[in-house]
Amino acid sequence: MSARRVFARPARFAAIAPYVWMVLFFLVPFGFVLKISLSQTAIAQPPYTPVFDLTEGLAAIKAAFGELSLDNFRLLISDNLYILSYLRSLVVAVTSTVILLLIGYPIAYGMARLPRRWQSVAMMLVIVPFWTSFLIRIYAWINILQHDGLLNQILLALHIVSTPVVWLSTDSAMYLGIVYSYLPFMILPLYATLAKMDVALLEAASDLGAPPRQAFWLVTFPLSLPGVGAGALLCFIPIVGEFVIPDLLAGSNSMMIGQTLWLEFFTNRDWPVAAATAVALLGLLVPPLLLYDRLQRRQLERGG
Amino acid sequence: MARTVNRISRFNITSLALGLAFLYLPIVILVIYSFNASRLVTVWGGWSLRWYHEFFNDRAMLDAAWMSLRVGAVSATLATLLGTLAAVGLARGERFKGRALFSGMLYSPLVMPEVISGLSLLLLFVALDAERGFWTVTVAHTTLTMCFVTVVVQSRLTSLDRCLEEAAMDLGCDPVRAFLFATLPLIVPAIAAGWMLAFTLSLDDVVIASFTTGPGSATLPIRIYSEVRLGVKPEINAICTMVIALIAVLIVVASFASKLSSARGESAAPL
Amino acid sequence: MAEELAKIETAAESVGPAPSPAAADMPLLRIEEVGKKFGSFRAVDRLSLDIRAGEFFALLGPSGCGKTTLLRMLAGFETPDEGRILLDGKDIAQVLPHERPVNMMFQNYALFPHLPVRDNIAFGLKRAGMARADIATRVAEMVSLVKLDGLEKRKPDQLSGGQKQRVALARSLARRPQVLLLDEPLAALDKKLRESTQAELMDLQRRLGTTFIIVTHDQEEAMTMAGRIGVMDAGRLEQVGPPRELYEAPHSRWVAEFVGDVNLFDGEVSSRDNNRLTIATRDAGTITVAQPRQPVTKTIVSVAIRPEKVKMSRRGPVSDAGTSHAINRLEGVVTEVSYLGGLTTYKVKLESGAVARSSMANTARLDIDAYSAGQRVVAWFTPDDCVVLEQ
Repeated sequence: MSARRVFARPARFAAIAPYVWMVLFFLVPFGFVLKISLSQTAIAQPPYTPVFDLTEGLAAIKAAFGELSLDNFRLLISDNLYILSYLRSLVVAVTSTVILLLIGYPIAYGMARLPRRWQSVAMMLVIVPFWTSFLIRIYAWINILQHDGLLNQILLALHIVSTPVVWLSTDSAMYLGIVYSYLPFMILPLYATLAKMDVALLEAASDLGAPPRQAFWLVTFPLSLPGVGAGALLCFIPIVGEFVIPDLLAGSNSMMIGQTLWLEFFTNRDWPVAAATAVALLGLLVPPLLLYDRLQRRQLERGG
Repeated sequence: MARTVNRISRFNITSLALGLAFLYLPIVILVIYSFNASRLVTVWGGWSLRWYHEFFNDRAMLDAAWMSLRVGAVSATLATLLGTLAAVGLARGERFKGRALFSGMLYSPLVMPEVISGLSLLLLFVALDAERGFWTVTVAHTTLTMCFVTVVVQSRLTSLDRCLEEAAMDLGCDPVRAFLFATLPLIVPAIAAGWMLAFTLSLDDVVIASFTTGPGSATLPIRIYSEVRLGVKPEINAICTMVIALIAVLIVVASFASKLSSARGESAAPL
Repeated sequence: MAEELAKIETAAESVGPAPSPAAADMPLLRIEEVGKKFGSFRAVDRLSLDIRAGEFFALLGPSGCGKTTLLRMLAGFETPDEGRILLDGKDIAQVLPHERPVNMMFQNYALFPHLPVRDNIAFGLKRAGMARADIATRVAEMVSLVKLDGLEKRKPDQLSGGQKQRVALARSLARRPQVLLLDEPLAALDKKLRESTQAELMDLQRRLGTTFIIVTHDQEEAMTMAGRIGVMDAGRLEQVGPPRELYEAPHSRWVAEFVGDVNLFDGEVSSRDNNRLTIATRDAGTITVAQPRQPVTKTIVSVAIRPEKVKMSRRGPVSDAGTSHAINRLEGVVTEVSYLGGLTTYKVKLESGAVARSSMANTARLDIDAYSAGQRVVAWFTPDDCVVLEQ
């Protein structure tokens, strides 16, 4: 036993309350999602028939198990609406992540090369928009992109276009919104790895005959890959389930899975299908989530 | 102190400047337009506080704003309490049974799509037959934001020198006192940053609040969202500007506090 | 708490913590067969050691030898897997750190960054529940003891390295511990400051009479300050003794090599009489050595000679094996000369190919006595300067 372990007992004791809270409000709700995804739709309040009711005893539970249905999931794979929206979510998430990486890397790299005291200022400047409301930032773009918004005014004034361009309700607007909202999530992990990099490594590379560009691709970039991974996952996962941005900025002809779920839940009031959609979405996200969890834990436990 | 190989290039400066402009320009434009006297966005009608007046006479908006502030304050406080305890458990609890599950539960919500978290919490509340409103939103926000608090506080705790706790024990503190006297004062900036993060996240959320709130208790983002779906309204510009101002004040206070604490010999809290 | 306070107070009354009369011949600190494993690695291997009250004791060893682990067990930060640690006759092996009348000065000082100097020093006193006025007196006393006057309100990051070191010292001494543990206390200081601080530490220890146990990897530091040194390797104590004994009469090859420089020649005892051993070495011919106090029983041995005991001359003195003035002569060629200021070291290649090292004090400013590389010389030493080490 060591002094560290002397701290362990009270520390574990401290963790009891948050542990119980997370089990109750994070883990258990997933049980409900799973359960309701296997139920039948009903026109009632709540709008589903419970699969089983614990108050009715074991026999009822047995009977209920017989009624468990995968109908909702069958619907998901048979109806094009769902398959297309899953596909669209993946395409949007991958495309956005790539764009984010292409834009975020040069910015993070520029930050890491600033003189020390300017680095913290730059970091602050990147973080501040992250603190201002997400919804407000999307709204700010609607302001600019609308039919008679600032962008069209400028384009018209410069005679680049002769009639106002439709920006809103297009995929370009949605990508713009996503990139804008998630940029700090990409920059910060990239910056963290780039700033930690030892300048002596670059000096060694140049001493051994590598010109700066080569030194970047042979030394800097490979060493920044953990940051690239963290940033990519940090963006990819939530974008797959994104709702607000596509809802406000993209057209209504094709939906992302988050929108489909919302539609089923709020408009069609088909809770079982919404729950099944959520389960399937979660299944889609399990591999990247596990990967991210491992990265996070390694970072934190290393004290990074 | 830039060494030769680390010299900043024109490309570096340009990408940094463009990036920051991209991040800030839309917000600046929004703020400017909130003072536009004209109802039409196209026309600049001169400076005016008209839309701010409009907001302060909009009963429904004011109620929503008040609801959001209450939810934000209560959930951020709860989240800070729980998140700090969780961070202590993870950073000082060594290995324990269920640790992997615990940290998994705490890290997942950071990236979990909000539609899933929102839906699952709603189904729980329905099953519990809880009346939806202030408390359900608060519980939902606490659950989400405490994870952010945990990450912020835990990273500060792991970066602290454990010798300080040992020194406190050596000087007569039992483990709990050693934590209170030697560790807690040093993580206060991180805890404060955690609270602010939790508060702003709560103030920002549309999706989870939409799922977990009940009729008649809309939060500000829900109201803004439904207005925005109908098109741009100058009043929204004014509300957004005020929210930005509130958050800006919080950030200034926080950075001032962290400067103060770094002047006291502590490293600034990670925001 | 009250008990502890009483303990501190009584300790304060007496000039030095004398051993309690009931156990007059009992050492203040007795380490008995203490062992500690980390996984399968034996950090401390059934080690026993007695330390008397008022001693300045140094644990010396290479990094990873277990010296810090042993110190941390004394402080209570690690609990031994086996064995007992008796302080004043009571086993404290399982006692938590905050309940021990032992304090530690940390290698990186571990000063609380949020507290000014004054509160850092008062930290342990407050925990002991001392009265406010008494704390103020004690802190003032400590501040002047370590010469920090005027810096009481500074925060640790406004102090220089040397000042931080003093605060750490004052803080760990404030509770008047029976034993003060110092973990590499001078490692973070530069050489000049280290030397003056060594002197101050010794002076302080003499005045307070507190038992000091210091851990260091720097043998010069250990020899300068400590009355007794325990040399550790691989979790065991290789030898315990005063500095001179460790250097002049090492028990093992390992100690001889770890403490200072040494020439070692392996060989076989070819003849022995009352006061003389003759050893046929592989590399340096026959060497005559004085019979050590402990009779040599084995035949396969090593002969150890410190370089400064190896003198050099062009022809060498006349040796008379028959008399007690037998002198060992090694002929060879100088291969390397290193001028170090106060002394010069030479490497002499013997006919066997082995190298003998000699160091000679530069007692005169002009280099009349200097030898240069390539020169044929005789390296010689007396039987009394040799130590016989059994494997």
